[in-house]
Amino acid sequence: MATRIEVTGLTAYYGKFKAVSDVNLTIEPKNVTAFIGPSGCGKSTVLRTLNRMHEVLPGARVEGRVLLDGEDLYGAGMDPVNVRRTVGMVFQRPNPFPTMSIYENVIAGLKLNGVRKKALLDERVEESLKGANLWDEVKDRLNRPGAGLSGGQQQRLCIARAIAVEPQVLLMDEPCSALDPISTLAIEDLINKLKSSFTIVIVTHNMQQASRVSDATAFFSLEKTGDPGRLVEFDKTSKIFTNPTEKRTEDYVSGRFG
Amino acid sequence: MTTEPDSSADTAEPRGAASATVPPTDGPPTDGPPSGESPSASPNALTEPAGKGPTGKAPIGNAKVGTADVVFKNLTRAAGFALLALIVAIALFLVLKATHALDVNKGNFLTTKEWFPNDPTPKFGVGATLFGTVVTAAIAMILAVPIAVGIALFITVYAPRQLSSALGYVVDLLAAVPSVVYGLWGLIVLAPHMTGVQLWLNDYLGWIPLFDADSVGRSYFVAGVVLAIMILPIVAALSREVFLQVPIAHREAALALGATRWEMIRTAVLPYGRPGVISASMLGLGRAMGETIAVALVLPASFSISGHLLEPAGNTIAANVANGWGEANTVGRGALIASGLVLFIVTMLVNIAARAIVARRREFSGSSA
Repeated sequence: MATRIEVTGLTAYYGKFKAVSDVNLTIEPKNVTAFIGPSGCGKSTVLRTLNRMHEVLPGARVEGRVLLDGEDLYGAGMDPVNVRRTVGMVFQRPNPFPTMSIYENVIAGLKLNGVRKKALLDERVEESLKGANLWDEVKDRLNRPGAGLSGGQQQRLCIARAIAVEPQVLLMDEPCSALDPISTLAIEDLINKLKSSFTIVIVTHNMQQASRVSDATAFFSLEKTGDPGRLVEFDKTSKIFTNPTEKRTEDYVSGRFG
Repeated sequence: MTTEPDSSADTAEPRGAASATVPPTDGPPTDGPPSGESPSASPNALTEPAGKGPTGKAPIGNAKVGTADVVFKNLTRAAGFALLALIVAIALFLVLKATHALDVNKGNFLTTKEWFPNDPTPKFGVGATLFGTVVTAAIAMILAVPIAVGIALFITVYAPRQLSSALGYVVDLLAAVPSVVYGLWGLIVLAPHMTGVQLWLNDYLGWIPLFDADSVGRSYFVAGVVLAIMILPIVAALSREVFLQVPIAHREAALALGATRWEMIRTAVLPYGRPGVISASMLGLGRAMGETIAVALVLPASFSISGHLLEPAGNTIAANVANGWGEANTVGRGALIASGLVLFIVTMLVNIAARAIVARRREFSGSSA
């Protein structure tokens, strides 16, 4: 179920602009790995290369390798559509499909996979919503629009939608930045629960959040605006936040920079 | 000390406003250095503007904004009522002018196919022309809307960025060209070549009664094709605008679930754009049903109802008005106006139906997101 991700020599471009340069790191299975760093350092870009969402943007491309249990996501003949069915993603702003009910939102991915049996869909909806700690709040109104939920509930609905297709990896791009503290706490609890089943990578601007939820932390930074972002340090979260090797990491996590 | 704040709190607004302007100019430069009085003066100077500012200024500011607000509100209200009045006036005009003609009509106005309103014993009905209007408009919609949506999707989803913006620009330009220009092109260039298409349809789909024909020519089908060309740019341009409004977040949500481009369109783009595409289609339909000259030039102006779409026959309400107005007598003009009233009502019914379709899933429309 969960999967190791090895990133080697990863460089990502937006057109001619080099956004991230030469990233190497290994993400352990059934762990939560946090990407932190100042704005523009490329942490979200790196995250989006892990399920080939980076290349969705016009002119965006990637060099280097991302191995998912030894298989190169960017290898010849690898279909990005299949990659994304294996590596799920949750976005910064909750984005349930506004034209769909709660139920339809959860099964959106399953329907793309051709699952049609009502009994199986019902079962998956309940499983996924329970997995996202949302079932009790919405079980009586599954046919109501997903966009009618609160922001925190919408984000958990998006998590339910992502885990309904049973991915191996779950990528989260600042999943709490649009949420209030209570909803944030609910998502963090959920992350702790989900890591028993999934390999989780989370981008966050909130260093407390990184220290609370993650096992490993990668610190990205850039020299100055216009330069590509680079991976400065990658280690156990406890080490990054208490005794980092690099001075720049220490400056950042202690609030002296960025 | 104690009386000053009290009196200043009780003073009327003009004095308060005046006193508020005085301390800042007097206080700091002149009385600032002396030690005994300046501390007591400066707290007053601070409390007075703080206490007075909102109470003293707010009514003035509100009054100003209020006037502009009221004026603007009434202007927009007047505009709104003017529109309603206009619609009522048009309806009244049509009804009044049509009444006499309908009184002397010897036929049933809704079902009669003949159109002899200028005879001494007038006998006319809107049956044939209404049929022609609906059929040609329907053909136009069936042909134009899918192509227009396809154009819009290609521009917004499939085309590379530079091609996309160039095409978008061109489509907007084309939509601004009066539809009669396309109508003339369709009439002069395209219609002559339609014979082959119609023969082909008759050969291969002739087993469907619609495409069965003894002879082909200036038919409902050709008129529908010309109308389709006329409404294509406007429907495509509006649909493109609608699809551009689909948030990137929804498109990415679908892609991240492992949707192909087409699945992404089906999951995120089309459902979100549906109300807008329906509205765009309604605008196109309005144009198609109201189009006059191009149809008048294509159709042979015969008053018949036939399901054989490829045969040379037919007329529409708008084309009939254009053809018949010049030589119509009083009753004849009343009859044409009555047919105009029918067109008015049909257009309204179609729009109401479209609105009902859009409203049925309003809470799922994404407007609340």
